[in-house]
Amino acid sequence: MKLRSWFLLPGWLWMVILFAAPFTIVMAYSFLTRGIYGGVEHPVTLESYRRLADPLYLEVLLRSFVMALVATALCLLFAFPAALFISRASKHKTLYLQLVMLPFWTSFLVRTYAWMFLLRDTGLINTALQAMHMIHDPLPLLYNDGAVLLGLVYGYLPFMVLPIYATLERLDPSLPEAAADLGARPLVTVLRVIVPLSRPGIIAGAVLVFIPCLGAYLTPDLLGGGRTVLVGNLVQNQFTSARDWPFGSAVSITLMLLVTLLLWGFLRRESEQLV
Amino acid sequence: MTPILEVRNLIKDFPGHRAVAGISFSIPQGSFFSLLGPSGCGKTTTLRMIAGFEQPSSGEVLLKGENVIHRKPYERNVSTVFQNYALFPHLSARGNIEFGLKRRKATAAENRVQEILKLVGLAGKEDRRPAQLSGGERQRVALARSLVLEPDVLLLDEPLAALDPKLRKQMRVELKAMQRRVGITFLLVTHDQEEALSMSDYVAVMNEGGIEQLGPPEEVYLRPRTRFVAGFLGAVNWIGDVGIRPEATRIGATPDGAGARSCFATVTDSVFLGDRVQVLVRLASGQQAVAQVARGSAVFQAGQTVQLCWNPSDEMTFP
Repeated sequence: MKLRSWFLLPGWLWMVILFAAPFTIVMAYSFLTRGIYGGVEHPVTLESYRRLADPLYLEVLLRSFVMALVATALCLLFAFPAALFISRASKHKTLYLQLVMLPFWTSFLVRTYAWMFLLRDTGLINTALQAMHMIHDPLPLLYNDGAVLLGLVYGYLPFMVLPIYATLERLDPSLPEAAADLGARPLVTVLRVIVPLSRPGIIAGAVLVFIPCLGAYLTPDLLGGGRTVLVGNLVQNQFTSARDWPFGSAVSITLMLLVTLLLWGFLRRESEQLV
Repeated sequence: MTPILEVRNLIKDFPGHRAVAGISFSIPQGSFFSLLGPSGCGKTTTLRMIAGFEQPSSGEVLLKGENVIHRKPYERNVSTVFQNYALFPHLSARGNIEFGLKRRKATAAENRVQEILKLVGLAGKEDRRPAQLSGGERQRVALARSLVLEPDVLLLDEPLAALDPKLRKQMRVELKAMQRRVGITFLLVTHDQEEALSMSDYVAVMNEGGIEQLGPPEEVYLRPRTRFVAGFLGAVNWIGDVGIRPEATRIGATPDGAGARSCFATVTDSVFLGDRVQVLVRLASGQQAVAQVARGSAVFQAGQTVQLCWNPSDEMTFP
């Protein structure tokens, strides 16, 4: 074997042990029967996949897709101007980038709890508003879809900012100048030149945000208060309280297939457009 | 008549250095004007201030007599052909050409696009993306994109630098012809003296942020006012304090013609250039000089003593 190939070995081992093996196990579980106290038993069956067709579960899937989509759109809306600002900044660029990445310095769990402290009925926002006599009863800020969206957008925003920033940074500065030179006002330049040319970054960011949002379970669990059931919570439930490992596995596999298909179709269309 | 473009006492300071040190010039309507100088002389900064990409530290830029320094690039009726063309890679040639027309909500845009495509010789290639065009074609798109807007002044920033030498020479001729045909004022920025001399009606030679000399090409070449201008526009033989162009320097046994000047020199080498022969000589003072002689004239050997001759009218003297 060539020396170069050996460099791939750690990566390969990692993928086999931590991805391929668990994936195969989950795949196998999804075709088995649930055990009474969890685990799996024979016989082999398609029952778990049949159950997925239940409108109840289809709705969970649909809700998860919509939530992930809205979160991705919101991330894009906030991230693009921020990335544009940072890439155009003449000073303090590194500082701004560090600020974007600052949340990563503490754990996601801690940060999500922090949001709970801010949003709950006796939280900072409600007590402050009450103290200023702007409201009487606390606003229902926590345990709803809005709180979940907030948590998702907050948590994944940096994953949208960074790839967009990277493409904007590489953008030839004479292109926006040329647009202005040809009579385009700043907004037109952004929409007609900068956005189309930062497409690769936008797509990378959207993928990086959409996929984890789709499978998110911590954020909906804590900020949604269990009321907002997304597919991630569904999977978690099956492996814990519901003790239905085959069904949990079937949901995971289905979600993965859907995402793979979706991305494959989407990215293929994109690469065709690039030619 | 008011000049189409006038620059008054334009200064641009960057942190730590003065890029443009108070230059003034004016360009008559319909002429071809060049800013010529070495890199770092401030010519591109000047162009960028006229386009509106840089704000001058002080001074005025007047378009048709009106000061435009507080106007944004999209509010100035000038257009730039960028050194790297800066074509929009996501748009076709047509998309690039239409870009400015759409911003101006121009009427009969389609006719104008077709006309300009024909003018720059790109008809039939309008649906290609910049990546699918050759360097020369990309440049034509860049030109078309600006010309179609009929700007008061077309600003060209080293437009031929990215082309290969053969194409560059051809484009010089085309660019000049195109300028005559459309009648638009061209302001060219270049470091290539041949380019400036061959195309321009007026050349402003820049050095260290200032204009050293401004005049028609013949004047700046034949009667340079400073040593810098003389040296930048072509080779110079320095004989004492007097400069003579190699093509005005002859080699003869005796001075031919009345009043001709001469001095002795030793041949160090002779170089055959195809259409002419360059003879390298060393003067008694130790200075090097070059004389150009016709092909097929006498053969000069290294070490041979010759007499350099020139006419007093070809002498360039500087205060």
